[in-house]
Amino acid sequence: MKSLLHRNIGRRAVLGTGLAGAAALAMPTVLRAQDRSIKVGVYGGYFKDSFDANIFPEFTKATGIAVESIAEPTGEAWLVQLSQAARAGQAPADLSMMSQTSTLKGQEQELWTPLDPSKIKNFDGLLTNFVSTYPDDRVAGVGAVAWYITLVTNTDAYPEAPTSWAALWDPANKDKLGLLALVSNSFLLEVTARTFMGGTDALDTEEGQLKAFEKLAEVKPNVRLWYRDEAQFEQALKSGEIPMGQYYHDVTGLAAADGHPVRSTFPEEGGILDSGNWVLSKASDKVEEAHVFIDYMSQPEIQSLMSRKVGTAPTLKRDLLDLTDEEFAAVSSDIDPIIPRYDLYISKSDWLNQKWTELIVG
Amino acid sequence: MKREPPRSLADYAPLAFPAVMLVVFFVVPFSTMIAVSFFRRQQGGFYTPDFVVDNYARFLTTFFGGVLGFSLMLAIMVALVCVAIAFPFTFLLAQTKRRVQIVWLVVMLSVLSLSEVIIGFAWSTLFSRTAGITNLFVWLGLMSEPQALVPGFGAVLTGMVYQALPYTVLVLYPAIVRLDPTLTEAARTLGASPLLAFFNVIVPTLRNTIVATLIMVFVFALGSYLLPQILGRPQHWTLSVLITDQAIYQSNMPFAAAMAVFLVLISLSLVALTLFVGRRETA
Repeated sequence: MKSLLHRNIGRRAVLGTGLAGAAALAMPTVLRAQDRSIKVGVYGGYFKDSFDANIFPEFTKATGIAVESIAEPTGEAWLVQLSQAARAGQAPADLSMMSQTSTLKGQEQELWTPLDPSKIKNFDGLLTNFVSTYPDDRVAGVGAVAWYITLVTNTDAYPEAPTSWAALWDPANKDKLGLLALVSNSFLLEVTARTFMGGTDALDTEEGQLKAFEKLAEVKPNVRLWYRDEAQFEQALKSGEIPMGQYYHDVTGLAAADGHPVRSTFPEEGGILDSGNWVLSKASDKVEEAHVFIDYMSQPEIQSLMSRKVGTAPTLKRDLLDLTDEEFAAVSSDIDPIIPRYDLYISKSDWLNQKWTELIVG
Repeated sequence: MKREPPRSLADYAPLAFPAVMLVVFFVVPFSTMIAVSFFRRQQGGFYTPDFVVDNYARFLTTFFGGVLGFSLMLAIMVALVCVAIAFPFTFLLAQTKRRVQIVWLVVMLSVLSLSEVIIGFAWSTLFSRTAGITNLFVWLGLMSEPQALVPGFGAVLTGMVYQALPYTVLVLYPAIVRLDPTLTEAARTLGASPLLAFFNVIVPTLRNTIVATLIMVFVFALGSYLLPQILGRPQHWTLSVLITDQAIYQSNMPFAAAMAVFLVLISLSLVALTLFVGRRETA
């Protein structure tokens, strides 16, 4: 390093080399001069970086289709952009990773080109909750990435792992919990329904929803932190300041592997399985390439690769995968998961949000 | 020098720049917000241009009234505490040597370089059970075991006062430094103790400055939404937190806009009221 600094190179030359290096590193995302290409929207940040590094180059190698990856914002901003662009006949991305709620919202406007299951070899191997359909059974989206939210604890404060979500209600845990702050990302109504009301079907009626809210109100004295920002809770969990709560299974596993006194437990009622779909904008003319892409992504080898490299839960049935027990446990579980009632966050979103805010703020 | 009243159009020209800035950065965004606040919310979608008052109707409940009341109360308390600390501090600072003043002011200014996120996380660590200041008290024998002081109202107030204090000092400083030192001397000559002189002479002389500072800190604190989230419990969340939830997480722009318009109107009227009361008393 010292000799480099002392060598007689102009500042500009050093800058130029740096820029060239940065450009070379950025190459995989740049569209190469190939006949076939596809623009794929992925959540910006961690997911895009992992896909750019581990998944897209392999796809291009295998199929000859170049991928231009586009960082999409989380939340609904991307849906709005896609929908407005589609009205003008434009597709900022052909395929996009789309949350379940946004997939449903897009369906209402017929924004997604229906997918042809016969062009996806492993379609029958997909877990049923990873196929989103229009009311008339046309396929609107296929699972892209999935992750679990589970019951997490600090191992110093809780030598024994809790076994059930009911631990959140235990009066012994007064002022010890960290829970997600929004009705639409904590999915605690579903947890309440599965744990105490026999299943999420209990939320079909307004009466059932009110009962779940009532039961959930009993958790309030135990909650120290309602968090929107993940880092806030993760830090407190590691230090034991807030020793129990709900958090992401894969991230907790990584923290435990780093030596922090934390653990993630799949409660007997199941972990919360949240996910995003691949959806194809109706303004895109890359229908063929999109099917090749989804077909490629839904292969057992690629799903295993994603579980190992990106930390996502596989979208395929377990017996198709070559994951070891340990690898599988790092991202998923055989316990029947709690699938969020995304439909409610469309049809009753304002009402649920109002009740929820009154519950936790009031 | 006698100032001529403006006659030709050219005499008004210097006003053009501020006027354009005001239109571009205040009138246009605020008007857009007012317009959106009357749009129709489409649940599960976005919004369509319309003229409905539903968004305001939803806001007019005891629940949101309570949140609004808390936000105002918090902002007023932050303003009062800040001025109560900053005024004597700045007054004493003004008595010191120039060099000392500069060091203090640079330190205060450096606090402004901290982002709200850093301030929030720093205080939440300082107030935590596992690593916080109560451990120090235990070590000193003042407490029997460490306690968590966060989340709570005290933590929110501390964080917000910490954040607003440098501004308060910076606003008070010019007026206090320029204060005529003979005023205090005259009061002392006439037999007033330093404390009496401070409260009966200095404070009334700078009343307008104090009121202006209170208003500035109040408005500054009213918009805070990160510190109440990091340091408070849900009952300490301000209206700004709920506005963010609606705008970002629920995609309910019309309702968020209605709440924001309401907040702006309430704070403007409070400021107007303060100025009105102040003017009547001086008259």
